[in-house]
Amino acid sequence: MGLEEKIPEGILLTTVDKMTNWARKSSLWPLGFGLACCAIEMMSTYGPRFDLARFGMEVMRPSPRQADLMIVSGRVSNKMAPVLKRLYGQMPNPKWVISMGACASTGGVFNNYAILQGVDKILPVDIYVPGCPPRPEQLIEGIVKLQEKIKSESVRRKKK
Amino acid sequence: METRSMTLNMGPQHPATHGVLRIQLELEGETVLKAYPIIGYLHTGIEKTAESKHYRKVIPLTDRMDYLAPMSNNLGYCLAMEKLLEIEVPEKAQWARVCLTELTRINSHLVWVGTHALDIGAMSMMLYGFREREKILGIYELVSGQRMMSTYFRIGGLAEDIPPDFDTRVREILDLFPSRYDEYEDLLTNNPIWRNRTIGVAKISPEDALSSGLTGPLLRACGFKHDLRKANPYSSYDKFDFDIPTNDGCDVYARYLVRLEEMRQSLRIIRQALDGMPEGPFVADAPGIVLPPKERVLSEMEALIFHFKIITEGFCPPEGEVYQGIESPKGEIGFYIVSDGSPYPYRMRVRPPSFVHVGALDKMCRGGLLADVIAAIGSIDIVLGEVDR
Amino acid sequence: MIESLERTEARLGDKFGGGILEVSHFRDELTFLIAKESLIDILIFLKEDAELKYIFLTDLTATDWPDREERHEVVYLLYSFESHSYVRIKVRAKEGVKVPTASGIWDVAGWFEREVYDLFGVEFEGHPDMTRILTADGFEGHPLRKDFPLTYEKPQFSHSVDEPPEVVK
Repeated sequence: MGLEEKIPEGILLTTVDKMTNWARKSSLWPLGFGLACCAIEMMSTYGPRFDLARFGMEVMRPSPRQADLMIVSGRVSNKMAPVLKRLYGQMPNPKWVISMGACASTGGVFNNYAILQGVDKILPVDIYVPGCPPRPEQLIEGIVKLQEKIKSESVRRKKK
Repeated sequence: METRSMTLNMGPQHPATHGVLRIQLELEGETVLKAYPIIGYLHTGIEKTAESKHYRKVIPLTDRMDYLAPMSNNLGYCLAMEKLLEIEVPEKAQWARVCLTELTRINSHLVWVGTHALDIGAMSMMLYGFREREKILGIYELVSGQRMMSTYFRIGGLAEDIPPDFDTRVREILDLFPSRYDEYEDLLTNNPIWRNRTIGVAKISPEDALSSGLTGPLLRACGFKHDLRKANPYSSYDKFDFDIPTNDGCDVYARYLVRLEEMRQSLRIIRQALDGMPEGPFVADAPGIVLPPKERVLSEMEALIFHFKIITEGFCPPEGEVYQGIESPKGEIGFYIVSDGSPYPYRMRVRPPSFVHVGALDKMCRGGLLADVIAAIGSIDIVLGEVDR
Repeated sequence: MIESLERTEARLGDKFGGGILEVSHFRDELTFLIAKESLIDILIFLKEDAELKYIFLTDLTATDWPDREERHEVVYLLYSFESHSYVRIKVRAKEGVKVPTASGIWDVAGWFEREVYDLFGVEFEGHPDMTRILTADGFEGHPLRKDFPLTYEKPQFSHSVDEPPEVVK
């Protein structure tokens, strides 16, 4: 008895969820833009030593229309916040946000009139990466965590 | 037929503006009639925040201005404070500072050569630049534990003594880098594409350069042999032997040549600093201003009291105002500190080189082509953290 | 004090004795407090005088003294490539009084003055483009004035969305 015996060799079974999530997590396309200090560490992450291409992420897209991951790398000023929001709006669904560094997550040392105290006030953040600035390993860890999160998502829920 | 000029908005999100610079361009066809930079997208209020912090606690803020050259910023601020407090820094600290700020200069120029070449179309330069930069970040990590925001200098000296294997690690860099610079030169200096995109591009006349307040490599690429390390020596730079590279080209290519030669000169300075590194203390003997060493804090009552007082109350410098300018990789970075006798700075003003250089962008871009705007931005080597502060 | 600064002081004193309100020396630095009316003349003199040649405007900024009658203090820092020395010029102005612009003498002055206008609210007479430069669009007030609050947020100990963090002004 059992379904397994009826299925010929060379056929794999999966769910639609699993398949789409696998495709999505393996080819995240980050939006290529940087704000402040963390952007330099982000560039190091793409650079030769840390080589983010190992995780299928090396395709930086300068246009938000082609990107599905926004890495907010650095402090967000009140002047930049509307721009950031518009960029996020221009990205096609499904999309994810990583808040990189202390400034983007909480405002960091700059608790003053000019800086937005945490980018989560304007964008839905998926992963927070601590550090000032985070080491490239930390960012990679954040990205791997995000990939795990994507794997647990459902196509139906994300569709709205 | 009636013709109209076209206004094009570049940035704040643009891969070649090195951050969040925005430029409004007025174009006629592909010719730039006017370039109007709009800045402030990274305005952090550092000067205001500094007014609410003790003098010691301002140092980490200075790191985050020009984040490609954190040690230069630290040095500028510490020198200004030492001038205000009249502290004599021990020789060993001065030598170590010189060594580390020159490494910082190479660090900054490596990112510059990588991103600038990437903008113009030489993709692999970015990978090379970042490959070498990791070595310098390793030194930062060795001395301070942080890769980028080292905050290693203190008012009066250094935070810690330089570690034992500092010398060998830096010498590795000294041996490795000259051949790497040759590699860059092989790739770029005589490359016809590179030359076509840079020679005669974004020119600025020497008179305009002075009037626009250009400093650093930009001024030296206009033929001025001016370098604060020679002109107004600080931190024992007068005891080192090095040349100031200049070029009369006034264009992007001239700036490239000047910066490349600067990186070689920096290696020369570092070698001298390592060879002649004196023995002795690494911070000045200034009780009440410099933190006592940790062993004494844990064993002596008096040291503990000093430690507690400095951390909680800070210290009060005399009333007055000082300005200290140093030669950072970008140009002259100056700190103007006004003290009213309280433990908080009354005013901490930074004279940012990048801010000034952005102002000169219009002069460089006028009459050029749209694609040359990218080359111009790359050649002035701006860091938006410092432009907007 | 450095010799070149002594020369500068003597020469400027001869020429503009009445325009100089105060001279101060501190840590080998020379500072002149001058009357607003003679600002432009003095700056041009310092720049064009064949002996002094302070041809380079290094910095232009301001400080705010709300207790004084003339609360704004605009600070010019000039540099000479000949003597490698800095000289600092200060003018004071009341709230709402315009300071003459130096943008006709140095191009960079216009750029610095916009920053001073934005952060301190000092207006410059004759400036071609007196607009805000750093702060956000629609920003009110001038952040580097002493009476402008830092505006910080208190740490939040609740995870509830209905209890937003307190902003201290």
